Amino acid sequence: MKMNKFVIGGLLVLGAVVFLIWSSTAATSEYFLTIDELKAKDSDVTGRNLRVSGAVIGDTIQYDPQTLTLTFEVAHVPGDPALINDEGGLAEALHQAVLDPTRARLKIVYVGPKPDLLRHEAQAIVTGKLGEDGIFYADELLLKCPTKYEEAVPEQAASN
Amino acid sequence: MIADFGYGVLMVAFLAALYSVIAAAYGELNKRPALVESARRAMLLTWPLLTLTAGVLVYLLVNDHYEVQFVYEVTSRSMPLYLKITAWWGGQAGSLLFWSWLMSAFTSLVTLRKWERDREFLPWVIVVGGITMAFFLGMNVFFENPFAKLYQTFDGNISAFTLQPANSILFSPSDGRGLNPLLRHPGMIIHPPMLYLGFVSFVIPYAFAIAALVTGRTDDRWIRITRRWTLWAWLFLSAGLVLGGRWAYDVLGWGGYWGWDPVEIAAFMPWLTGTAFLHSVMIQEKRGMFKHWNMLLIILTYDLVIFGTFLTRSGVLSSVHSFAQSAIGPLFFAFIGITLITSVALIIYRWDMLKSETQMTSMLSREALFLLNNLLFMGILVVCFWGVIYPLISELFTGQKVTVGPPFYERATSPLFAALMLLMGVAPLSAWGHSTVKTLGRAVWKPALGAALVTAVLALTYTQNVIALIGFFLVALVMLVTLYEYGRGALARQRSQGENLFTAFWNLTGRNRRRYGGYIIHLSMMLMAIGILGIELFQVETQGTIAIGDSLELSGYTIKYREVASWDNPDAGVNYTRAVVEVYDRNGNLLGNLHPRKDFYFDSQQPMTIPGQLASLKDEVYVLLIDWEPINQESTTFKIFVNPLVNWLWLGSLLFLVGVITAAWPDKDPERVTVRAGKRMEQTSAAD
Repeated sequence: MKMNKFVIGGLLVLGAVVFLIWSSTAATSEYFLTIDELKAKDSDVTGRNLRVSGAVIGDTIQYDPQTLTLTFEVAHVPGDPALINDEGGLAEALHQAVLDPTRARLKIVYVGPKPDLLRHEAQAIVTGKLGEDGIFYADELLLKCPTKYEEAVPEQAASN
Repeated sequence: MIADFGYGVLMVAFLAALYSVIAAAYGELNKRPALVESARRAMLLTWPLLTLTAGVLVYLLVNDHYEVQFVYEVTSRSMPLYLKITAWWGGQAGSLLFWSWLMSAFTSLVTLRKWERDREFLPWVIVVGGITMAFFLGMNVFFENPFAKLYQTFDGNISAFTLQPANSILFSPSDGRGLNPLLRHPGMIIHPPMLYLGFVSFVIPYAFAIAALVTGRTDDRWIRITRRWTLWAWLFLSAGLVLGGRWAYDVLGWGGYWGWDPVEIAAFMPWLTGTAFLHSVMIQEKRGMFKHWNMLLIILTYDLVIFGTFLTRSGVLSSVHSFAQSAIGPLFFAFIGITLITSVALIIYRWDMLKSETQMTSMLSREALFLLNNLLFMGILVVCFWGVIYPLISELFTGQKVTVGPPFYERATSPLFAALMLLMGVAPLSAWGHSTVKTLGRAVWKPALGAALVTAVLALTYTQNVIALIGFFLVALVMLVTLYEYGRGALARQRSQGENLFTAFWNLTGRNRRRYGGYIIHLSMMLMAIGILGIELFQVETQGTIAIGDSLELSGYTIKYREVASWDNPDAGVNYTRAVVEVYDRNGNLLGNLHPRKDFYFDSQQPMTIPGQLASLKDEVYVLLIDWEPINQESTTFKIFVNPLVNWLWLGSLLFLVGVITAAWPDKDPERVTVRAGKRMEQTSAAD
């Protein structure tokens, strides 16, 4: 009998944790889409919380310091790691993505300081919503430069 | 060549670690003490060997040996000497070596201790330490050789090889790629070693736990031996986390300190299990309970440490999904899997020996509240783990990758953190063994009333935000309870020993450093909580483009733009742009000058935004230089944050150091004092 109340107490804590995880997941989860997937779903996902990843095209970066409005375009990068590997790693996949004019592109609008890491061929991971106008309005902008720490070989050499 | 020499020594260290594992296990199982002794010596040899290896690597880094791939990737000619040295842990290969080097230092320290009373643990501690070290060294030897050199083969390709391939010539770039400027910050230079010190020192209690399981000596001896290790491990890990936060706050320019990034979470998870472990071992020492649980906690901590090491330094990994991409990823997972299964199998094997000596009877007893504390820490761990693996799970079951971000973690963990704070307030007042609502209520009502008064005053004068008020109530409760407990002890001592209050405080702490160190840590956590509540709930921001002489206003502060200047530093390869702004308070008093900057690094084409920060206990004014016109200085854009109370977070972390050092400071003769402390505790627990 003595142990029962501890078992019940433990289950209550467990239940509370499960509830917190379940309700928070339900309330805050975001679809993580590639740009191709986003274009395919389009109106289905308009207004939903989304997270999209793509390769930054350097020429399209525009920044209006008056309003802190940043706009740029990203090109489709495969979401499947196996496909990225086939292209020769993330750095190469990003490079291919910006070179290829047939890749689907997405225009991003973000208001805030221009991140230091925003540059040509960086990987942008944006969180926000797709507007009716087909422009992605980002609340959060995360940038990864695959060259940040290491790269297999110097730039002038082909990858093996 | 010197790089090849370094690789050779690394190889010898790897073999020495492997030998010590085999010799220790074989010698112990076949009753051949001479073999165990030779294993111990082989283990002692790894530290000088790895120091030599590291010395070679640092020599190459400092002397611009860019034909070595690692040197090429993490340094450049324009970097100052100290950055070239610290570039040792600036990339994956080097940081793995750094890990092994620390590991060898710690295992050597452990094998040098006096072993008379614990002879049977020694071989198994060597085995666990040796396997861990051999794994990391193996990574360096076979996959991530820091001494690999660049060779150009006949077809013009340049790649890194350990041995020179046929028909190739050595390729020496004239300059390296250099460390990313964002990482050239004091916080980022000390942060990885701190984190690693914490990670590595958690291996020692784990090694003793496994030794206890293998030998069947499952009393609390292993916990007593490793108590200080655990505290130091925890100190370093915590310091590493705080320094990482401070780096983000100073460098990343969004006025935040913690982003719930998978990499941050990976370092946070072993901290959670380690903190739970620190608390629950006390129950085993005092009441002989939770033995299985403690074993499980230290095993989890160890494997989360391995996981964290892998995640924090693999650079390009952006999500759980990409783990498998790295060559060493699957090996790390295999190692984690094997150690986890083996360790848990050992617990099951020794299940009956780990039975509790006493039963828990009362829901409000100290031990029950400690159990609840552990459950809450585990709850936070599960939330974190769920957040990291959720994309994987969702894709597996629905075919659609769904992720969670900071709002998920904030929402799911904040009630758990609040519950932990409540426990921090109540638990020190509950009694061991048996406690009722009545006895606990009698102890709690006064501090609770005090906290309610504080909250009421804050509601009238500072904020009406309900979440903030709940938070401040809990902070006040914990602080009052802790100070009350501390003060009561000091006053009693003042009366009985005739000491003045300060001496009484000092001696009280000295007599039971773990307890009072713990109280200082609780207080420091509350200071940090004030800072977190402040910046999370009350941060305000504005931005504007203004001309020289104009000003912006935010939250009672006036920020006046004075001047801007831009100049090159060719030696460092940097262009600096620095603005001068003045900050005035509501009454027009000048509070200080700030110098927000924008640096531009030519070699990496990387800008870096450095905020100007005006710190006070009330607020921090945090000004970013966003953009400026080179020709016409009439319009410069600033972004301004006012971060209320945030400096309590940093102050709290300093007090935290004081608390942990108080609790972990070595006694004059560790062995004897441990025994005495053990006896004294039995007496006090009997008296309770």
